[in-house]
Amino acid sequence: MESVLGRYRNLIILVGVLFLQVLGLAVQVKRGNSNTEEKDTRLIRIWAVGAISPFERGIVWIQNSSGNVWHNYFYLRGVRAENRQLKEQIEQMRLEQVRLTEDASQARRLQNLLAFKEQFIAKTVAAQVIGSSGSDLSRVVYIDKGKKAGIDRDMAVITADGIVGKVLLVYPNEAQVLLISDQSSGVGAILENSRLQGVLRGSPNGEVVLERIMSDETVQPGETVLTSGGDQIFPKGLHVGTVTKVGTGKDLFLNIKIRPAADLSKLEEVLVLVEKQERQATAEDHVRVRAADILAQRLPSVPDKPATDPKAISAASGPTASGSVKPASAAGTAPTKPPTNAAPSGTKPSVTGTQQTGTKLTPTASQRDAGTPPAAFGPIRNTKPKTTTDASTQAKPLSIQTVPNNEQKPAVTAQPNSQPPAQEDSPQ
Amino acid sequence: MPITYTSGEQVEVYRFGIPVTIGVPLLALFLQAFIPLRFPRFAVYVDLPLLVTIFFAMARRSPIAGLFTGAFIGLAQDMLGHNPIGIYGIAKTVVGYGASSLGVKLDVENAGARFLVTLGFYLVHSAVYFTVARGMVNMTQTWSWPHGILAGLVNAFIGVFLYFLLDRFKQRT
Repeated sequence: MESVLGRYRNLIILVGVLFLQVLGLAVQVKRGNSNTEEKDTRLIRIWAVGAISPFERGIVWIQNSSGNVWHNYFYLRGVRAENRQLKEQIEQMRLEQVRLTEDASQARRLQNLLAFKEQFIAKTVAAQVIGSSGSDLSRVVYIDKGKKAGIDRDMAVITADGIVGKVLLVYPNEAQVLLISDQSSGVGAILENSRLQGVLRGSPNGEVVLERIMSDETVQPGETVLTSGGDQIFPKGLHVGTVTKVGTGKDLFLNIKIRPAADLSKLEEVLVLVEKQERQATAEDHVRVRAADILAQRLPSVPDKPATDPKAISAASGPTASGSVKPASAAGTAPTKPPTNAAPSGTKPSVTGTQQTGTKLTPTASQRDAGTPPAAFGPIRNTKPKTTTDASTQAKPLSIQTVPNNEQKPAVTAQPNSQPPAQEDSPQ
Repeated sequence: MPITYTSGEQVEVYRFGIPVTIGVPLLALFLQAFIPLRFPRFAVYVDLPLLVTIFFAMARRSPIAGLFTGAFIGLAQDMLGHNPIGIYGIAKTVVGYGASSLGVKLDVENAGARFLVTLGFYLVHSAVYFTVARGMVNMTQTWSWPHGILAGLVNAFIGVFLYFLLDRFKQRT
């Protein structure tokens, strides 16, 4: 017996080692991709990643540092021309932005009518790609941010060009990202023009295909593919790629090949969507700011009143004046307080302006650059003017003479009325 | 008496220092994980951990050492991917055992033999991986002879140069 064991010792050990590995593999396969499986293999994966990733981080850091020095200090050829081109591009994009803003506003109004809920990207974390699996059979990459940066499983990973994949495993300082080109990935996708929905999958050779679209549908090469939001990982509307080839597949489905918008073979920086917000679309997304509030922010703050009897002030000013003389700062800046020499009841509201203070309203630096007047100028007519209770303003109308640096010199005049104008906020 | 095709001089067994034993496989794993970020085709055609496995197995000429070397390197490679751990482990265990067993019987010191051995073991490795991945893990795998042979030739070519580089770390027992 001993001689048999001795003679086949190598073979027996080989079979034993193989058996153990097959056993371990079978356990993992049986449990599938559940969290249990991840916990079972988590520790040894951490060891392997922990052994490799410091080298990868070091190399990436050296590469980036040397690249930055070269690009930022030495290789500046063509920067002026590029700067000029970019400025022209900005001008064109501004025009485009105006149009898109109108479209978006209209879309929000329609969505609001339909009580449509949509997901918004609330927070992203930028990360550097530091490694890969090193195998074409496991298309994953490693990023240099992990649990400590707030990254968790199943978070979407994107670039400015399009989607990349999702977070599969999270370590303290690294995370493993499953690319959309891996055959085990799946992304809900929709064709932009035909609005056909399918499932985006990777193929064994690394291509990305769109599945589950019936063969009687018409799909044209060149059509853009977006995320449909159906997978609950990617928000709807993110760029996925472009249809490159359409062929007949199996089981009455089309075989649609997609060229990913993000270059998955040359990933360097990615964004991880760590927080999404699902909210109902509103007609106006931005916060309304009253023109009077903006005026109040630009005006110099009134110094603190000297100690007086508040009862006397309220009695003298009456409900109209006292009610409207509130700090008009929406952003919490420069609160104005009613002056102590309050007008008697029935004082007409008047705009606190430069006539009294001698201070000019000047546009912000960005407005000067853009050649636009301060934002308070446009919609002031519908706003409730900020009032003072200065007795000297009782008899004549007061006006604000605003003199920005540019040619425009709009004057905002508040006519004395018997009743204050109806309070109606207007969007900026 | 076992039949061998090597002279007594060629059957010499080598050993390696601990830094080399640990550092070289780690470096191979690191390069395998890092280079594809810049050269994506690298991962498709080159398997540096496999080349290191073959080299250590052939140099040590001990089937047990060879299979354990293959098992450890393969399992470490599995851990970097997202597939179940053990597929590369099994494939490289078989290759480590086979390469060390062959190293006892064949002259694997010259470039030609190394080229052919590496080509052959790359195909063995691919076949075992394909079988396990498809048979046990139910992964979608397609076998392609042109790709296998082309990748085998690439690995064999790189292996010849790599082995001569790693020969410097050999220590005679």
